[in-house]
Amino acid sequence: MSTQVMTLVQAVNHALDLKLAEDPAIVVYGEDVGLEGGVFRATEGLQARHGEARVFDSPLAESGIMGTAVGMAAAGLRPVVEIQFCGFLYPAFNQLVCHVARMRNRTRGKYPMRLVVRFPYGGNIRALEQHSESPEALLAHTPGLKVVIPSTPYDAKGLLIAAIESDDPVIFMEPKRIYRAVKQEVPLQKYTLPIGKAKVLAEGTDITVVTYGANVRETQKALALAKQDGISAELIDLRTIYPVDRATIAASVRKTGRFLAVTEGPATCGVAAELVTIVNEEAFLNLAAPPARLAGFDTAPPYARGEHFYFHSPERIYYELKKVVDY
Amino acid sequence: MSHPLFEAFSPAAGGRLQIMDDEGRIIHPEWMPALADEQAVEALRRMLYVRTADAMAVSYQRQGRMYTYPPNYGQEAISVAVGMVMRDEDWLAPAYRELGAWLAKGARMKDIFLYFGGHEQGCHLPEAKNMLPWSVPIASQLLHAAGIGYALKYQGKPGAAFTFFGEGGTSQGDFHEALNFAGVWRAPVVFVCQNNQYAISCHLSKQTAAPSIAVKALGYGIAGIQVDGNDFFAVYAAAAAAAEHARAGNGPVLIEAVTYRLGAHTTSDDPGRYRSSEEEARWAEREPVKRLRAHLADRGLWRAEDEEALVAQYRKDIDVQFLAQENEPYPLEDVFVHHYAEMPDDLKHQLVAYQKFENWKESHR
Repeated sequence: MSTQVMTLVQAVNHALDLKLAEDPAIVVYGEDVGLEGGVFRATEGLQARHGEARVFDSPLAESGIMGTAVGMAAAGLRPVVEIQFCGFLYPAFNQLVCHVARMRNRTRGKYPMRLVVRFPYGGNIRALEQHSESPEALLAHTPGLKVVIPSTPYDAKGLLIAAIESDDPVIFMEPKRIYRAVKQEVPLQKYTLPIGKAKVLAEGTDITVVTYGANVRETQKALALAKQDGISAELIDLRTIYPVDRATIAASVRKTGRFLAVTEGPATCGVAAELVTIVNEEAFLNLAAPPARLAGFDTAPPYARGEHFYFHSPERIYYELKKVVDY
Repeated sequence: MSHPLFEAFSPAAGGRLQIMDDEGRIIHPEWMPALADEQAVEALRRMLYVRTADAMAVSYQRQGRMYTYPPNYGQEAISVAVGMVMRDEDWLAPAYRELGAWLAKGARMKDIFLYFGGHEQGCHLPEAKNMLPWSVPIASQLLHAAGIGYALKYQGKPGAAFTFFGEGGTSQGDFHEALNFAGVWRAPVVFVCQNNQYAISCHLSKQTAAPSIAVKALGYGIAGIQVDGNDFFAVYAAAAAAAEHARAGNGPVLIEAVTYRLGAHTTSDDPGRYRSSEEEARWAEREPVKRLRAHLADRGLWRAEDEEALVAQYRKDIDVQFLAQENEPYPLEDVFVHHYAEMPDDLKHQLVAYQKFENWKESHR
């Protein structure tokens, strides 16, 4: 099986390329997506290979991008749209919440929304304001959507292809902090990874740590610190925020008896809060310590010079993990 | 190549297409659409059906047998004319006040009563072809039409996407984005604005400083035309020209049909709070059914005595459809099953948890 070393953003590009070649119903568009290949180059070269009718620049309007995708999906296309940054998603929210998420249910399955919304999310990259959000909780809180976040090039390819082939609308959030941070051998042939399945990255016996996206790397570093203390931590990459993989989390916490969720968005009503609830519902009698969360502050992400307060360093994750273990 | 109608009534010059006057006389025969007598009669039949169904819907709501409903009273010519122009291959992205167009697309009164009667099955529209469900968030459906237009063009399919909205909807960002996207894409889309003067209580003068809605087309580089929306022939001529223009690959068209909502915004609204009965009376004199009826009677195509029997028959048919849906079962599963292609586990858990509660409640009765 031939493979190629790829970054996460290259894996996204490669997945789009494969699907465009395979399925004429797929169109890819968004701001600067065509000629430029996207501001992060996620769609680089795709217009040249697949033509301007299939990979193109939309006018600069996010509601327009989202709303036209609804019409295209109803008429039988499979649009894969890019929102340039997570912070620019909000003008498209009405279309996303009222139409993308609901059209299948409203029409009793007559008009499924076979579409993917891709965008880079997350911070700690010294970006301009409105470029650092982690709004996955808002999206997972919207019935009708699926929300996927990969953390490796391999997962990015397999999950994006699964998202494009899904009969449901999928929000595909790309952790831009690690767009180019890791390289990995990725098979060149087509494969998919199941949406809704978490992945156990490291087995352990003392505590279960669940995270996803760019925080997987920071958490792995924290676990290396914990290992030096003799703590055996089980690390789960959630990979799909909704529908969430309750079974994998439950099985792990029943074994370890301790739980920490590490997420980047604001703490209140966030994904970590949901994960803690799942632990309480599924493994309460196995718990040796209160299930804990390390989430963002309930603040806007600070500007570049204050980012280090907000985003989780391996030391902070280690500190919170230790509190749960020592409880 | 733009259609000659759009040249003759350029919104830049402030033109308004009117073919038939308030008494039903043809004043501009040069623009009269080539309709067979039977089609002209069919138009009045449809307008009467819409008016009858509409009045009955309001009455069902007043009886507490249906929930909020937005009446079409006074605007029937627009949706009926556009409905008669639309073909099977055309799409409709509706708002919520164009009953004649829904029926033309194959929606049944039964579906409409289900929807406005609060039933999940209302938007299914099983017999409607190429029709999206109603769009309550104002003007959001315009973008769907633009996307459909792109898809039709991309797939090389015939047809155009038609969408409806009010003059209030033109204040929304989605109006701008939809006309702009469709214009850039030269997509086959017909944007039909029913300018009925009021967005609930808010008068047109508070929505825009532009001299017309139609003139906004110029800003998007697309064709636009203002028509007398209470003149069936004017609306039909403009819609037919727009469909031809769009289907021929000339891009979208914005039609502003000037009309007046003689009824309330919805059954929850009281127009007496924001407009005078004198104003209503003035517009009632120009209402579309009266005008087309007078025109057809003049041509010897319509007799008052036939109308009574026809409306009685419509009333019967509409009531049958109302009764057919009034006791439509609404099982708990209906809430859950269609959100995703396959029900996620947590939805299954929530469904089962509620069923257990119902069983418990039953056993403790």
